[in-house]
Amino acid sequence: MAPESLGQIFLAAVLANNFVLAMFLGLCPFLGVSARLDTAFPMGVATTFVMLVASLCAFGLNLLLTMFQLEFLRLISYIVVIASAVQLVEMFLKKTSPALFRALGIYLPLITTNCAVLGVALFQTAREYSFAQAMVFSFGGGSGFTLALVLMASVRERLQLSNVPGVVQGTALSLMLAGLLSMAFMGFAGLGG
Amino acid sequence: MSDLSRAQTFDEFMEGIWRQNPVFVMVLGMCPTLAVTVSAMNALSMGLATAFVLVCSCGLVSLMRNIVPKEVRIATYIVIIATFVTVVDYVIQAVSLAVYDALGAFIQLIVVNCIILGRAEAHASKNPPITAMVNALGMSLGFVIGLLALGTVREVLGAGTLFGVSLFGANFQPWVVMVLPPGGFIVLGGWLLLFSALKRRKEARLAAQEGGHGA
Repeated sequence: MAPESLGQIFLAAVLANNFVLAMFLGLCPFLGVSARLDTAFPMGVATTFVMLVASLCAFGLNLLLTMFQLEFLRLISYIVVIASAVQLVEMFLKKTSPALFRALGIYLPLITTNCAVLGVALFQTAREYSFAQAMVFSFGGGSGFTLALVLMASVRERLQLSNVPGVVQGTALSLMLAGLLSMAFMGFAGLGG
Repeated sequence: MSDLSRAQTFDEFMEGIWRQNPVFVMVLGMCPTLAVTVSAMNALSMGLATAFVLVCSCGLVSLMRNIVPKEVRIATYIVIIATFVTVVDYVIQAVSLAVYDALGAFIQLIVVNCIILGRAEAHASKNPPITAMVNALGMSLGFVIGLLALGTVREVLGAGTLFGVSLFGANFQPWVVMVLPPGGFIVLGGWLLLFSALKRRKEARLAAQEGGHGA
């Protein structure tokens, strides 16, 4: 793997290879929580936090597993670490902001099954990122996820005011929207290498 | 097996294929659905890999449903699923390196496919192994059908081929955006649109019939 500068990694993760719109990771929360702006943003921040924690743990775990030549346990150990990180965020939110906790509802524990989080851990392992690179990558990925979620939520809030034919309403409309957003993000291709 | 229970088993099987199709009705497991369906072949191998994991883990979850304490059930399910995914990961690597490279990280990401955890929690944890596995088989078939529906359309439009066989000859100008990420969203949106239009027509017809009876 060619050495990449930290800025390149960050830009690529946020824009060119946006987790949601270019790599199709984390679509469930993207379609599920993006109806309103005031839940979309906190959801993005919570996911980013989990990603950072997961990436940190995954980095250490990977070192440990490679040392003992237990690579086949990688997937299982990653997923257990992510599940515990989500539990942590859940307890923290419940204590500090019960209203937000209720608004996010079922989607909070579902961060565990958010492919974006596991994706960060797997990609950083596959690309053999160093510690700093891995941290920047996961932060960029999280920011990209938040950006996509916020964009989508803003568009959907505006859509509620317009007159959409009944047959298109619901998931079909969201997917078409996502397609358009994704096309816009293709304009960033090549940015950040 | 009596007629009734056979009919029930058949119902369990069909539920996943049609009424609760994971892709088109429940809109679950979107990430692999959209990411790997650039060609029909990829779609099929992904579908089969997911099917194996789904059926095996539902069977095992169902066998263990009376042993596992309620508090740690989700963690147990995830570990079970991750085990089978690791198996699939190594098997695909051994069988076909080309497929493995094409699917990339998405094989390991089967772990976080919402369909599997959803089935384990909603169905397998409450039903005996045979029922759970039949239901899982139906669900996987539904998933494979959904993946193929997307994969074929995207491959035909985006590359002019089907399973790698050229369809239109040299003059075909491929619609490249279909095999790029936006195409995935748009094709799936199109399918959902079609189904919702069909559903509305059926409802309108039913309403018209009832109106006719009333008059």
